[in-house]
Amino acid sequence: VSASTQTETATPDGRSPRPPFWRDVRIIRIALQVGFLLAVAALLFWLFDNLTVNLRVLGIRRDFAFLGQPTGVPILGSDFRAQSPIRDALLVGFFNILRVAVPGILTALVIGTLVGVGRLSTNWLVRRAAGIYVEVLRNVPPLVMLIFFYIAVLQQLPAQADSITAGPFALLNVRGVYLPALRLDGPAPAFLGVLAVALAAAIVLGMLRTRRFDATGQPHRRVPLGVGLFLAIALLGWLFLGRPLGLELPVVEGRGVAGGYRMIPEQASVFIALVLYTSSFIAEIVRGSIQAVARGQTEASDALGLSGLQRLRFVVLPQALRIATPAGGNEFLNFTKNVSLGVFVAYPELLRIGRQAVGNGFPAPQLLFIVSAGYLTLSLAISLVTNLVNRRLQLAER
Amino acid sequence: MATTQPVTDDEQLTATPPDDATTGMAWVRKNLFPDVWNSLLTLTLGPLLAWGVFALGRFLFVTGRWEIVTVNLTTFMVGRYPRDQLFRLWIAVAILALVIGLAIGVATSVARAAAASAGRDHDRPWHEPVRRFGPPVMLLVVMAVFVQTATPLLLLAAVLALGAVAYRLGRLVPLRRRGQVNLVLVIGVISAQVAITGFGGVPRSAWGGLLLTFYFTIGALLFAFPLGVVVALGRRSTLPVVRGTCMVYIEFFRGMPLVVLLFTGWLVLPFFLPPQFPTPNIVTRAMIILVLFTSAYVAEIVRGGLQGLPRGQREAAQALGLSPWKQTRLIILPQALRSVIPALVGQAISLYKDTTLVLAVGLLELLQVARIIPGQEAFRGQGLFAETLVFVSLIYWVGSYWMSRESQRLEAKLGVGER
Repeated sequence: VSASTQTETATPDGRSPRPPFWRDVRIIRIALQVGFLLAVAALLFWLFDNLTVNLRVLGIRRDFAFLGQPTGVPILGSDFRAQSPIRDALLVGFFNILRVAVPGILTALVIGTLVGVGRLSTNWLVRRAAGIYVEVLRNVPPLVMLIFFYIAVLQQLPAQADSITAGPFALLNVRGVYLPALRLDGPAPAFLGVLAVALAAAIVLGMLRTRRFDATGQPHRRVPLGVGLFLAIALLGWLFLGRPLGLELPVVEGRGVAGGYRMIPEQASVFIALVLYTSSFIAEIVRGSIQAVARGQTEASDALGLSGLQRLRFVVLPQALRIATPAGGNEFLNFTKNVSLGVFVAYPELLRIGRQAVGNGFPAPQLLFIVSAGYLTLSLAISLVTNLVNRRLQLAER
Repeated sequence: MATTQPVTDDEQLTATPPDDATTGMAWVRKNLFPDVWNSLLTLTLGPLLAWGVFALGRFLFVTGRWEIVTVNLTTFMVGRYPRDQLFRLWIAVAILALVIGLAIGVATSVARAAAASAGRDHDRPWHEPVRRFGPPVMLLVVMAVFVQTATPLLLLAAVLALGAVAYRLGRLVPLRRRGQVNLVLVIGVISAQVAITGFGGVPRSAWGGLLLTFYFTIGALLFAFPLGVVVALGRRSTLPVVRGTCMVYIEFFRGMPLVVLLFTGWLVLPFFLPPQFPTPNIVTRAMIILVLFTSAYVAEIVRGGLQGLPRGQREAAQALGLSPWKQTRLIILPQALRSVIPALVGQAISLYKDTTLVLAVGLLELLQVARIIPGQEAFRGQGLFAETLVFVSLIYWVGSYWMSRESQRLEAKLGVGER
């Protein structure tokens, strides 16, 4: 009897009956998603429809044909001509982001690492100075620093003829910051060829030494040997080819400055402010990651008899680097995005160029779209690289 | 000593280490000149630092022409806000002091109760309050130097006293009523705004200075927090479409520089609204952008908290037979949010610093005041930018530094990562 009551609730093939469709989880899930998708699509359609209606009412064209029209204004600090099309101006703006971001990130990385290690120094003065550096700089908005350096420092500098000199290498004046430039002349392609050969030779030597190390266990010393070989070949090539590469120092000539690499004040202020701001965050990341390496690791390397430098090189730093990668990548990303603050001091990065074009009567929606796309591309590229590096460095999941 | 006396175990245990760190010379040798390398560092860095301190001190106390700050202190605080309506601001500040004091009081009771139940005792050294409130007190002293009449100081003291009374009241609120404090806080913030704008008051477009900075920071946090929590839950949803949409939302707003978004909000946002729709004013537009931007970061932080929860919590809630909504509201969210409070404070700090960017849309906030005041008739051509910008930096620095220190304290107190 009991067996018959059990089978009553089951279907003939032995499975439990399907619930009514409005209680079926699978159907509810699909319905919810379709509903959500429809709502999002409706919102986007509504926004886009408003845009087209507004543009038609105002008589603004909806295509990107304006990109071919002449820009109408030159660009600060470049030989860009006013007749060139907007497209080229936007490209210049895009590369101006990189022109600050790439050297800036490298500089911030070096300073940040030094300050971060300095915060852990046994020297009281170094520790305190590094602490003040971090606490002061990371708590002041970068835009305040940027405007401070632009208005209150760089614009108060003397005229070109009375430039402030920092040794023979750098000049400071109201027209910009002048640094030594690398000058390639003479048989430059031949010299680049020599450098390539030197690099290849150094890599081959490194590989040979590694193989020998694997086979015999003798110290490989691949880094000093490789660098030495590269420098030796490069030096020989440099001497034989008649010194094709040299430093060009900026010098005051009459009322102007000749030679060197010139950073216009706009670029210099963005560079300085963002390097100071970002390096304070990088310092904290460096300090935190070194401290996060378990104490036992240090003690274990002492027990193995490693020297202080060996301990850092082989035990602490590799692990600290792994911890620091995600946060560090985030700071590189922030630096790049913050270059857009340059718009406030008229540094001609992408946003500034776009903003200027809007002011000259070109359509705002398309221009802001291009500017956004430019910055978004850089952001996504950096986070992609960070994720790849991070994946390579992480330990396999435990 | 001629004879070597055997040392008993007791003596070894009670012997104190040589006290070399307390005597001056020994301290200097140990911390500044332990070896050649460190001595070199000390000798190069020391003079540089001394010169820096000297130059800063000379600027602050000798060469700096601070009368520009004295004359314009009110402008720094409120911008172009009409001076005959200042009483409304004081009313708003008093309301805020009341509700914030109350909220801190309740939060303290909750924290004490939690600490007591966890068996942690609360003996604080006497100098802790001095250390904790050092930065804001310093700012108040600086303000007092620049104030021309005693009225603002007296009013400020009254407001602080009101806050202290509210804190005491907050400590008396029974723990089971603590949920209503959030509501009181929201009502307080809204009525503070109404006290300024309502009843023939001052529209927000006429606000400026520090007032606008605070308005954007508090307002954007208030709206961005719930939005961010919703997006974070969506990001963790099991429905692929919802998850994907929230991911795109987060990645878009985190990938864009805030300035670009603000310009978009200023120049392009009106295009996306129907023609017959009134264009929202510039403060609202900036606020919308700040809220969208911040909510994406809040969502990412909250997602971290959600991910950090052990699976067992959700499973235990399911085993209790709670509905999915109740599982999230009663079990998951309270724990996830508690663990990310320090990160949220960090986000509040960056928002506070990021409000400087609203000068992109032509608002007269604190930094913009510092930028245009040296162009006033009395000061034109004298280049007093360093004075105004340093003053403004100090205001930002104190707020940001203080919040970050408080969040470290909170982190230690909540025992995040201690479990």
